[in-house]
Amino acid sequence: MTDALFWHRLQFGFTAAFHYIFPQLTMGLALLIVIWKTLAVRRNDEVLMRVARFWIRIFGVTFAVGVVTGIPMEFQFGTNWARFSEQTGEVIGQTLGMEGMFAFFLESSFLSILLWGEKRFGQKVHLAAAWALFVGSWASGYFIIVTNAFMQHPVGHQVGPNGQIQLQSLVEYLLNPWALVEYAHNMLGAVVTGSFVVTSVGAYYLLRGQFVAEARLFVKTGVIVGLLASLGVAFPTGDLQGKLVAHHQPVSLAAMEGRWHSGTYAELNFIGQPDVQNQKLDNALRAPALLSFIANGSFSSNVRGLNEYPSDQWPTSIELLFYSFHIMVGLGTIFIGIMALAALSLYKKRLFEWRAYLWLLMLAFPFPFIANTAGWMTAELGRQPWLVYGLSRTNQGYSHLVHPGQTVFTLLGFAGLYLVLGLLYVFLVLREVEHGPAAAQAEVSPNPLAMGNP
Amino acid sequence: MQTLWFWLTSIMIVAYATMDGFDFGAGILHPFVAKTDRERREVLAAIGPFWDGNEVWLIAGGGTMFVAFPKVLAAGFSGLYLAMFLVLWTLLLRGIAIEFRSHVKLDLWRSFWDAVFFLASTALPIFLGAALGNVIRGVPVDAQGQFNLPLFTGFAPTNPVGILDWFTVLVGLFVFVTLVAHGALFLSYKTDGTVRRRCRKVALPLWSTAAGLSVLATIATARVNPRIYTNLATAPLAWLGLALFLAGMAAVFVAQPKGRDGIALLGSSAFIVGILVATAATVFPVMLRSTLDPAWSLTAFNASVSHYALVSAAKWWFLGFPLAVGYFIVVFRLHRGRVSAPDDGEGY
Repeated sequence: MTDALFWHRLQFGFTAAFHYIFPQLTMGLALLIVIWKTLAVRRNDEVLMRVARFWIRIFGVTFAVGVVTGIPMEFQFGTNWARFSEQTGEVIGQTLGMEGMFAFFLESSFLSILLWGEKRFGQKVHLAAAWALFVGSWASGYFIIVTNAFMQHPVGHQVGPNGQIQLQSLVEYLLNPWALVEYAHNMLGAVVTGSFVVTSVGAYYLLRGQFVAEARLFVKTGVIVGLLASLGVAFPTGDLQGKLVAHHQPVSLAAMEGRWHSGTYAELNFIGQPDVQNQKLDNALRAPALLSFIANGSFSSNVRGLNEYPSDQWPTSIELLFYSFHIMVGLGTIFIGIMALAALSLYKKRLFEWRAYLWLLMLAFPFPFIANTAGWMTAELGRQPWLVYGLSRTNQGYSHLVHPGQTVFTLLGFAGLYLVLGLLYVFLVLREVEHGPAAAQAEVSPNPLAMGNP
Repeated sequence: MQTLWFWLTSIMIVAYATMDGFDFGAGILHPFVAKTDRERREVLAAIGPFWDGNEVWLIAGGGTMFVAFPKVLAAGFSGLYLAMFLVLWTLLLRGIAIEFRSHVKLDLWRSFWDAVFFLASTALPIFLGAALGNVIRGVPVDAQGQFNLPLFTGFAPTNPVGILDWFTVLVGLFVFVTLVAHGALFLSYKTDGTVRRRCRKVALPLWSTAAGLSVLATIATARVNPRIYTNLATAPLAWLGLALFLAGMAAVFVAQPKGRDGIALLGSSAFIVGILVATAATVFPVMLRSTLDPAWSLTAFNASVSHYALVSAAKWWFLGFPLAVGYFIVVFRLHRGRVSAPDDGEGY
């Protein structure tokens, strides 16, 4: 039966990780688009208008892929995790239902107006559509984070007579302190992705000497917003998130750090290879006492190791968890450095001519995607072996009547479909980038037939 | 409270079938009623502002069922595992076809996505109809409230059943033809010129076929699940549904030849709403009928969540639903009137 569980987990993990490539970009871009669009309308600035138009086109392609890869996520609760859905449906169903009602209807209704309606409906309606997509996508994020936060740190519930997890307070569930921190951390992470992508395209145009006015705006906005978001991801939100994990999931923290033995003045590992068999960390580069400080706010505090817990409570993939966590933290730290230096150079008015650094900014865009994915893997692998922390085990939650012959079939189907989808997406985005922001102008058409059409 | 949630779930599914139904119909018809790129973009412009929102009825319907009847969702989705993924993949392809087509001005690119759009739109009503067929026929729900079905066994609607048998495929076919006709009426209403003329020409023959198949499906249902007809006597809502169904059918036959496209579209919508409401009312409170033992059927009463959860969910549901309807009214008003093909770069 471990086999069946493995395939269910792999399929959910794969489809979730692939899906989240797209929403993190649309949520990040949505913020930047409303900033540009609002300024463009207020100042009646043509360059800002073109900038907004260009990124709305990229947003459109990304959003479409995000939607179609998101629908399977919703359905897989029922198809692959039937027992989990039965057990917790009345709690997590609340936010999954609310997401449809409050976020998806809003987004889907105004998407077409945002994509095609600028000329037909005028700037006011178009600006409203941009705001609708921003509010909708950020609300959608909140509902998903609340759902996840319940799995990380269940609140507002009670356990019923047959072991089912029942809702006791909707308000408490919606305002889970874990959700508030996780949401801020996650959304800032999405903004980091958006900023790096925008900066990267701007740097590319500047290096090629194309679309210079727009490109400078891309880089300027990307660097300023990117620096603020990178800082915010680390402090306060990352720090708070770490403390929550230290308090509520100490065994996960121990696994994230590859720490088997308890002790005071706990060292923080920057890099290393966890050897689970022999309970040690190879080739570790470490800073003394820093982990104690990060986890508990005091250098001398005790941080417990894995050995203090029964091994059936240990996360199931300690190696992957260790790397996910360190990749996230490492990249997050590097992002602050990259954006801080860029901001300094921007302030001194040298950035647009500093070709070497523009190269760096151009090539840096994949890393926030990696960091965000690693962050989610840290959260989800760290939650193991639980589906709902302390209440419901992962090996109890999958659909036990669905056999691996079915799961492997659908996993392969997703692998093929998503490969094609990914290639098409890259192709379309590169085309848009080649066309550039000038091509994104709303042409004034003399053809009366074209007027009044979506 | 359970009865209320049974109907809220039904409302979402009915709204989905009616709204996304015309998108499917348009997708199936478009290679035949729209020959040139310009005409095809006209079809896409007609459904473009709506299809994504229409699809949300399915997602939000799933959410509604999740919060109120997670047991039904869990049993149904995992039990119809392979069929669910076929639906998901075709939905994915349909969405991508609509959204990606306009991005490249190459004949081959556009023809490819037209074909994907057509094939996905063709498959979906059959799958979804077959799913409805499974709900009517029943599935082998066990004492734990679960089951798992292969796609097909011997094509007979008796145990051991598969997802596809002659009955569920018949329902699928009925849904398919109905939605093609519904799509033809929608396109007659939203488009102008050649596309409209071609749609008007096929609408009535399609509609007659749908009406004919509805008789056949009714007879078949009586064989597969006779209980539905014994329940009719005690289900006043079913009579309302039947009245809507018949009135809708008649309205199309009367209004369509006169060129009253709006009335005809309302008629086909009433037809779909009516037959689904009548079905829901006659199966109530059963949501997943067990073919093994009637006592194992999942009903609105034995599969629902706690009272507190239902009351809590009702609070946000009744806030969210009018909002959703409001968005649709805004979008339909903004895009009122007939469309003609938008210029490239200004629409789908």
